[in-house]
Amino acid sequence: MDVSQYLGIFLDEAREHIQVLSDQMMILEQEPENQDAINEIFRAAHSLKGMAGTMGYKRLQHLTHDMEDCFSDVRAGSMKVTSELMDILFQALDAIEGYVNNIQETTDEGEEENENIINEINRIRNAATGKEEAPAPEKAEAPAAGGASESKDTAAPSDKALYRSMKLDDSAKDVMKDASLTEKHVYGFTVYIEETCLLKAARAFLVIKALEDMGDIVATDPSTQDIEDEKFEFSFSLYTICDEEFDKAREAMLSVSEIADVVGEEFNETTISEIGAATEKKEEAEPEPAEVKEEPAAPEPKPETAPAVKKETAPAAKQAANTKPQAKKPVISKTIRVDIEKLDSLMNLVSELIIAKNTIVSAADSGDSSSQTLNEQVEYLESVTTNLHEAVMKVRMVPIESAVNKFPRMVRDLEKKLDKKMQLTITGEETELDRTVVDEIGDPLQHLIRNSADHGLEHPDERVASGKPETGTIFLNAFQDGNSVVIEVGDDGKGINVEAVRAKIVERGLASEDTAAQFTDKEVIDYLFDPGFSMAKTVTEISGRGVGLDVVKSNIESLGGDVSVKTKLGEGSTWIIRLPLTLAIIQALMVIIGDEKYAISLDSITTIENIPSSDVKLVQGKEVIQLRGTVIPIIRLSELLGFDHTEPSDDMIVVIAKKGDSLAGLVVDELIGQQEIVIKSLGKYINNDRIISGATILGDGEVALIIDANALI
Amino acid sequence: MDELEKYVEDKATQYIVVNLGIEHYGIDINYIDNIVRVPAIRRVPNVQSYFKGVINLRGEVIPVMSLRVKFDMPETEYTGNTRIIIVKVDPQAAIGIIVDEVEQVMDIYNSQIEKVTGEKKEESNGYITSVGKTDRGLVSILNLATVIGEKEQA
Repeated sequence: MDVSQYLGIFLDEAREHIQVLSDQMMILEQEPENQDAINEIFRAAHSLKGMAGTMGYKRLQHLTHDMEDCFSDVRAGSMKVTSELMDILFQALDAIEGYVNNIQETTDEGEEENENIINEINRIRNAATGKEEAPAPEKAEAPAAGGASESKDTAAPSDKALYRSMKLDDSAKDVMKDASLTEKHVYGFTVYIEETCLLKAARAFLVIKALEDMGDIVATDPSTQDIEDEKFEFSFSLYTICDEEFDKAREAMLSVSEIADVVGEEFNETTISEIGAATEKKEEAEPEPAEVKEEPAAPEPKPETAPAVKKETAPAAKQAANTKPQAKKPVISKTIRVDIEKLDSLMNLVSELIIAKNTIVSAADSGDSSSQTLNEQVEYLESVTTNLHEAVMKVRMVPIESAVNKFPRMVRDLEKKLDKKMQLTITGEETELDRTVVDEIGDPLQHLIRNSADHGLEHPDERVASGKPETGTIFLNAFQDGNSVVIEVGDDGKGINVEAVRAKIVERGLASEDTAAQFTDKEVIDYLFDPGFSMAKTVTEISGRGVGLDVVKSNIESLGGDVSVKTKLGEGSTWIIRLPLTLAIIQALMVIIGDEKYAISLDSITTIENIPSSDVKLVQGKEVIQLRGTVIPIIRLSELLGFDHTEPSDDMIVVIAKKGDSLAGLVVDELIGQQEIVIKSLGKYINNDRIISGATILGDGEVALIIDANALI
Repeated sequence: MDELEKYVEDKATQYIVVNLGIEHYGIDINYIDNIVRVPAIRRVPNVQSYFKGVINLRGEVIPVMSLRVKFDMPETEYTGNTRIIIVKVDPQAAIGIIVDEVEQVMDIYNSQIEKVTGEKKEESNGYITSVGKTDRGLVSILNLATVIGEKEQA
């Protein structure tokens, strides 16, 4: 059976299930008695196993199966949740993720058997449940035996075995009778699909497909056409002539995801003739079949006697059917998956449109202003393009959740590795950012959290000694602030020892003792972002190699953002990452310097001031101005950009730009106004000193360069 | 047999022959995206000296470099014959090369081409891989990757 077309769906679903497993296992570890968590885990593990089976990934299926067994014991109460157990289960989860990653890259799950994990799981299970081997079937059998009295061979629970009431014509019966006399087997099945299943027909199709691989389908109820058209409730019945054993056939069907249950039995020559008769008798006796048809909608009194089945799955599936409606209720939103490249091209088109609009705007400005309607239409066009741009941008936005949801797990592992007590609180994971940014931001955030765990938080005894709670807190807060998104990562640990860093700077010969002594705290801390600068006394597995903060900084800057840090000795540090909402189109202030036009991103501008030239003072050889009590260094852009020193006019136009907490005054020659601009790269061949971050095309076709105020401050 | 071998080996490549003063240079036509007249060039401050700035080519911002400056030749005024050759060595990154004049498109056969070696090669900084001997004179064939790629400080 060709399943490659389902590969994409498989990968997406598998990742979702893995995430659910990870989240719920974290909860379970905290609250070992939490039934909801166990049920969720069970459901996810079961679906994952089924999907892996359908896709033919045996190793993945095997490993998931063993995990599922473990949770089955936990749920049954025969095994306690211990930290040892959770450790191995998390390892197993990592291994599963490894398989999925392999599948994504090569469509093959790889050769790794992960035997040690499987053995370890079994060892713990055996130790906990006190059973020698394969304890699951026995255990599951117990309620089965108690629940119903029918014997194992013949017994499908009569009210669920709808196939018995199917009407078969004589020719079909003859075919089946003939087959039953050969080495082939004749089975009747009724398949129950979970009620939350959205693609019943597809699942049914997969079931039928699985059976067709092993033999022939003789008859179905409803007809195959109706099944394909989804004209059935949550169950359908069929008869098949099959080469395989009963168990194998049933398992193949159960391995299709979202199949709640499959009941069935084998028929021989005599029982085949009875098929119709049984129905008639039943119909005479009571109108039960009709009632039964509706029963799946409320599957509470479901007897646990499937004949010779894989015992663990039946209760699991039932559980899944029961819990799923609760877990899933708010999620049904209308979404489609779109290739990001299509969105990119849409975005490019919007960019073109905005350039064209700017052309029209400048044409309208320069022409006769008498044309009232033209101006109105131009304004209308402007608002439409702005809205269009925003709409396209929003399509590209995804919550940062996908970047941060792996962190709770990571912190848990760090806790063990570092032998510290810590908890992670995350707020604002619903904050949305451009997809490309979310994809890139994970690594820097991960680094900062590791940093906090390793360097920031103290050991428990140290914390208690300094009067803090034993458990350290690492927090990640994300929120939107104007046109940018802020992500704060911090801890309530010991903070950065500025003097120690200062000493290190001198020690490493990066500055003389005298110079270092004059650095402000902020300047000192900035050294932490230098490549190769590490404060860790010992290199650990987690951090300390001096590769890191500089990479964090450059990663974030390549996304157009910046990072700063606030720290207080003894109270902790907070790293503040500020990212632009959009990468391609910004609001900018257009200015003239020398005789050239430049754009400065409006995001980095706080105010624009007129300052008399006489107000400029010299402090340590640098020009500064005083503005409402704050001393601000000024930067004469014309000199920086290679113009001759211009005649100092009486009044200077100073654009006050902000980066984090630092301000700088950028002196420009003339203001043009605010404009929406499309950022174009200068290409990789030009080396400039990072003052120019790109270029844009103005309405008249002229190219203007974009000044990166962040690089100046 | 020899005839055939010679025929097979002796493939022609098309080159655009451009002039800097009296010298002829050949650029493999496969890398050429476009040839345009000189539009307004926007200066970019603090970059390599041979980068004259950027131009707007139908909505794309494209950096342009002067081949004269790159080859340490004296700069001249742009004339009506001055052209910018837009080349794409890397499909993602176009770049413009300013030349005095575009002369013609020419087939140059492998048998006409001689590799530049030794002293001569060092002299040209690796910008020139080989020389084609044509009936119109010698044509130096540019190694575009080194001509545009080298990152030298301004």
